[in-house]
Amino acid sequence: MFESLSEKLERSFKVLKGHGHITEINVAETLKEVRKALLDADVSYKIAKQFTEQVKQDALGQNVLTAVSPGQLMIKIVHDNLAELMGGEHEEINLKGTPAVILIAGLQGSGKTTFSAKLARFLKSKKGKQPMLVAGDVYRPAAINQLQVLGEQIGVEVYTEEGSKDPVKIAKNSIKYARDKGYNVVIVDTAGRLAVDEEMMNEISSIKEHISPHETLFVVDAMTGQDAVNTAKAFHDRLDYDGVVLTKLDGDTRGGAALTIRSVVTKPIKFVGIGEKMEALDVFYPKRMADRILGMGDIVSLVEKAQEQFDEEAARKLQKKIAKNQFNFNDFLTQIKQIKKMGNVKDLMSMIPGMGKALKNMDIDDDAFKEIEAIIYSMTPEERENPKVLNGSRRRRIAKGSGSEIQEVNRLIKQFEETRKMMRMMTTGGGKNMARMMQRMKGARPR
Amino acid sequence: MGIFSVFSKKKKEKLDESLEKTKSNVFSKISRAVAGKSKVDDEVLDDLEEILVTSDVGVSTTLKIIERIEQRVARDKYLGTAELNQILKEEIAALLAENDKGELLGFDFPKRETPYVIMVVGVNGVGKTTTIGKLAYQFKEAGKSVVLGASDTFRAAAVDQLTIWAERVGVPVVTQGMGADPASVAYDTLQSAVANHTDVVIVDTAGRLHNKVNLMKELTKIKNVMQKVIPDAPHEILLILDASTGQNAIEQAKQFTAATEVNALALTKLDGTAKGGVAIGISDQFKVPVKYIGIGEGKEDLQLFDKFEFVDSLFNK
Repeated sequence: MFESLSEKLERSFKVLKGHGHITEINVAETLKEVRKALLDADVSYKIAKQFTEQVKQDALGQNVLTAVSPGQLMIKIVHDNLAELMGGEHEEINLKGTPAVILIAGLQGSGKTTFSAKLARFLKSKKGKQPMLVAGDVYRPAAINQLQVLGEQIGVEVYTEEGSKDPVKIAKNSIKYARDKGYNVVIVDTAGRLAVDEEMMNEISSIKEHISPHETLFVVDAMTGQDAVNTAKAFHDRLDYDGVVLTKLDGDTRGGAALTIRSVVTKPIKFVGIGEKMEALDVFYPKRMADRILGMGDIVSLVEKAQEQFDEEAARKLQKKIAKNQFNFNDFLTQIKQIKKMGNVKDLMSMIPGMGKALKNMDIDDDAFKEIEAIIYSMTPEERENPKVLNGSRRRRIAKGSGSEIQEVNRLIKQFEETRKMMRMMTTGGGKNMARMMQRMKGARPR
Repeated sequence: MGIFSVFSKKKKEKLDESLEKTKSNVFSKISRAVAGKSKVDDEVLDDLEEILVTSDVGVSTTLKIIERIEQRVARDKYLGTAELNQILKEEIAALLAENDKGELLGFDFPKRETPYVIMVVGVNGVGKTTTIGKLAYQFKEAGKSVVLGASDTFRAAAVDQLTIWAERVGVPVVTQGMGADPASVAYDTLQSAVANHTDVVIVDTAGRLHNKVNLMKELTKIKNVMQKVIPDAPHEILLILDASTGQNAIEQAKQFTAATEVNALALTKLDGTAKGGVAIGISDQFKVPVKYIGIGEGKEDLQLFDKFEFVDSLFNK
């Protein structure tokens, strides 16, 4: 997602290549590029200036060790500074309180309602909480309705007061209601408001005063431009929020806002929104983000994501099946589902170091498996269990049923068989089989 | 003429008021930059660069403007700081005029054979549905009949939101409910418009980030299906951009155009930002005209964008 920024930095570092040590002269061009890249990424003008100055101070006089090139050294310096700028370690949200009250605030269209529902889902499934949502946006048409639909999707109750135009009262009443019902987290969604709208800003201050939330979160669109600083500050002055939520990071924005906000308001970014699905919410890790900006990948997140979806019992069963050569299309489908559960395929791949750049112009998204699934779903249960029975006429029927070409069906079956053989070798095979496997891999045709 | 000029004056006042923040910022900053100086030198130009960049004009457009002023300084030998405002205004107006095509219809257009179809696209949360409500109001005020199509069948309660707007403005809306095929809704809407001889059709679509390839393809499909009813539809593909978006706005404009041939832009939430400058950056970087601007939450808070009025509002006290 930050490909463009890291690409630019990479290019600017190339200028440094071939120089033995960092001097005022050979660093000037690089710093200019760094500054321009940061501005293009919507980092605030002042922060970009301070940042490049800091980098320059740290870089000058550094003796370039023989082991690293000046470019690599600069990357390290920029990386360290980036990580520092975005805050130290990850900070959790405060859930102490019965119920713990979380207030959500932000501009129009920043994604407050979607985030509120995602947060409820996150607290319910990962923290074992019983959350309740409160529909406090009484202004935008159908906003309450939107929260209700999302609440239903994730199985969380949504507190509403029909006809009420008083968000302060709604918020107050909701907490009493939650306490009676035994909910331990209350998430209060509010209407979007402009920082310059005095009346609306008074309203949100008043809500905060009346419900004294344990955690106030400011939701901001990652694509926000130079105004991010002012907005973040204005909301901070009025609400003294505890954390920031950065949304729509699945776009191709270079996300300069992320770099800026923390340094202006000294409040941590606690969550990032990375898609429209309810599970597309991530905890924010400043250091990983710095890695990612510099195209160093985000292996730690990837591993965690895989672990989260991994079911040990199911895996053991699968291994047995593979060993007995009983791996069938149903298992294949399960595997696809697992990958899909981990999130957007492109996102996943972009976390692997070096992949970000390669993926830039590639057409991969959630639908990558659609065709394969369609073909498998067009098979009878018997065919899925026992792929051996797939003769010519069955294949023709499957092609027709799934709306694909017979060649595609053939290719999938062939791929499936290759996979099956390979998996079997990997689980049962010792070194003896390895050589054969390698050969097979070479023979396998890439799609 | 009398009524018209009154209306136009009121309109201008609202624009002035909405841009107050941008204006005072650009202004006070420029006056501060030139304070105590009699001529435009490197330092003034540096300050000017900062002012433009922090107004979201964008690095490359800023450099372009600075370069032009530098050329003028070189040519005229001497440029007093007093003239800086005027010159800046001229240069920005010139930049905006370069891409002026002005071929799209305003609210009050002559009767057409077939309905004028507007398809509204954009990323999530920029204000598509709200802009549609305001557009419908403006067309209706201009004496046109309007029908809305609820093709955002994805985001929770989007159909409800559009329906409420339709009621508020008093125009019909064609819906098939949530989860329906957006192209099918668009088809129905156009058919209904043709049957009822409606003047304007406005079709809402779900918000989508421009880097999601398949979602972008869906827009092409909606467009193709519309053409089954009216062969040259949609006449206007309107991309909605949030004025508080930074340089990513240009990327959005580029990629939506690549996917659906956007031919008009609307800039929303211009009242809340100190960064009206994005309108300048977009007009320079991107060859599609800004047609409408959103400057408030009321149904009447939408205007046809007049580049020269905008520059005036930015610079005149």
